[in-house]
Amino acid sequence: MKEGRVARSVAAAAASAAAVVWLLPYAWMVATSLKRLRDIAASPASLWPRPVDASAYGEVFAAMPVARYTLVTAFVAAAIAALQVALALPAGYALAKLRFAGRRFAFGVVLACLLVPAQATFVVVFLGFARVGLVDSMTALVLPFAASALGTFLVRQAILAVPDEIIEAARMDGASEWTIVYRVLGPMVRPTLVSLVLVSFVFHYNDYFWPLVMTTGDRVRTLPLGVALLREQGTGMRWPVIMAGNVVLSLPVLALFAVSQRHLMRAVGGAR
Amino acid sequence: MKPRGPLQPWIMLAPTLVLLVVFFIAPIAVAAYESLFSWDLLTPARSVGLENYRHLATRGDLLGIALRTAGYSVLVVSGTIVAGLALALLVHRPGPLFAFVRASVFSAYVVSWVAVALLWTWLLDGNAGVVGWAMAKLGAAPWPLLGDRRWALPALAVVGIWKLTGYAMVVFLAGLHSVPPALLEAAALDGAGPWRRFRHVVFPLLGPTAAFVATTSLVTSFQAFDVVRIMTQGGPGRSTELFVYAIYEQIFLDLSVGRASALTVVFFFVLLLLAGLELYVWRARESASDRARPARAAPSGPEGR
Repeated sequence: MKEGRVARSVAAAAASAAAVVWLLPYAWMVATSLKRLRDIAASPASLWPRPVDASAYGEVFAAMPVARYTLVTAFVAAAIAALQVALALPAGYALAKLRFAGRRFAFGVVLACLLVPAQATFVVVFLGFARVGLVDSMTALVLPFAASALGTFLVRQAILAVPDEIIEAARMDGASEWTIVYRVLGPMVRPTLVSLVLVSFVFHYNDYFWPLVMTTGDRVRTLPLGVALLREQGTGMRWPVIMAGNVVLSLPVLALFAVSQRHLMRAVGGAR
Repeated sequence: MKPRGPLQPWIMLAPTLVLLVVFFIAPIAVAAYESLFSWDLLTPARSVGLENYRHLATRGDLLGIALRTAGYSVLVVSGTIVAGLALALLVHRPGPLFAFVRASVFSAYVVSWVAVALLWTWLLDGNAGVVGWAMAKLGAAPWPLLGDRRWALPALAVVGIWKLTGYAMVVFLAGLHSVPPALLEAAALDGAGPWRRFRHVVFPLLGPTAAFVATTSLVTSFQAFDVVRIMTQGGPGRSTELFVYAIYEQIFLDLSVGRASALTVVFFFVLLLLAGLELYVWRARESASDRARPARAAPSGPEGR
């Protein structure tokens, strides 16, 4: 539809105003992280810290081992994303292409799990891990999410669209079923896998709930937990330190978003 | 297709099925069983029948928890849908400016709830925050929103809306893409202005998308925990105590496994109810759009979805 010049300018102005509602809070976050506490009380809304004081970042790095927390967090998120892909491919293939007794039942189990969030299982899972001494372990953070019901479902849908002939041809060429799954089908459903990896990585990198309930100490603490703890330490709200922690927490994800923007938005928008 | 051997499908499915059953299906059954006991993790468990449920209903404020969670969710879902749809209509235009606005709004969905909650705790702070500063400029007394029984929950809902609007916008944009341009041009030729084109052409076609956004964000907001834990810890009083936070308190603060399990079971059934509602809405919408199909098959055809 062609649009009049005036209409487009009005839309541009309104859209810019919306962008301000979403970007201004970030600007305040960065500005606050560079202010001194007393300057915040004097003029919280100013976007130009005077003087610029970066000591809050020093305090963040002194209060917690930022590098280690970041590594643990990235490792957990990457391990979950990798395992989800590795397990969803064969499961999705079996559900989409193979005929066998019990297939409807197996698919039913996957669909049923779509309805159960981790928030409804954590009490029992926590007690289970406690019983076998695995609270505060990498296992407790990764294993419960190694299989993804949504991921399995999406991969199955993608493999359904692959013609049977391709699989038959691969079998004729003597490929094993595992070769078919990982070498033939994997590349063919790549867009789905990329979506799954991105959404899963970002979700688990940011996750606060599961690490909070599954850890009791510092051993496998993740970055979101560490940053949230900045608020609970000490007396009074040290806003510059908290906002500096916020910047440290958000920057990597925003950088990832900047490079994978289109993909991430398509993954979220088209995931149905 | 025929499997290579009778066991092959099960070998390929085994890891997924075992993990899903162990971590998602069995825990619900175990919670239902544990809810019949009173256990504080230290002394031996004691069978109490349905006492945990009775306690939650009479003294545990179960109704209050459910109503607060529902209220928070209704605010978040309606706000998210209205803002998401309005923004989608606004930025569904070519050009770098609109692409930039799309990315800006969506970025909040990508950032951690922790960062968002901490940021808004400061913004809403009565003394050091921007809202408190603005109130003072307007000559009003400092007003700690998050410390106000009546306003703390709506304030959390505003944060939820700010975080989730980008999600709704992106899904609505995908829906707008599937509106056939020919249909809009035909309506314009028939003399329909922008409002009537939206009201009678775009809006009906977006029905299924709206239902999708509504149900997914409803389920998401029913599971809200991070904003509560970080911004208010359920307070002031119990005014922001939502379902998941209440379960968390029962197990980690009160060390009451039985009551936490009972609350989990109730929570699960509420979610099932919502899922049933979701399915019902889907079915109704699908049959409605089946009836509308002839109108969709416009001459030049939409891009295939």
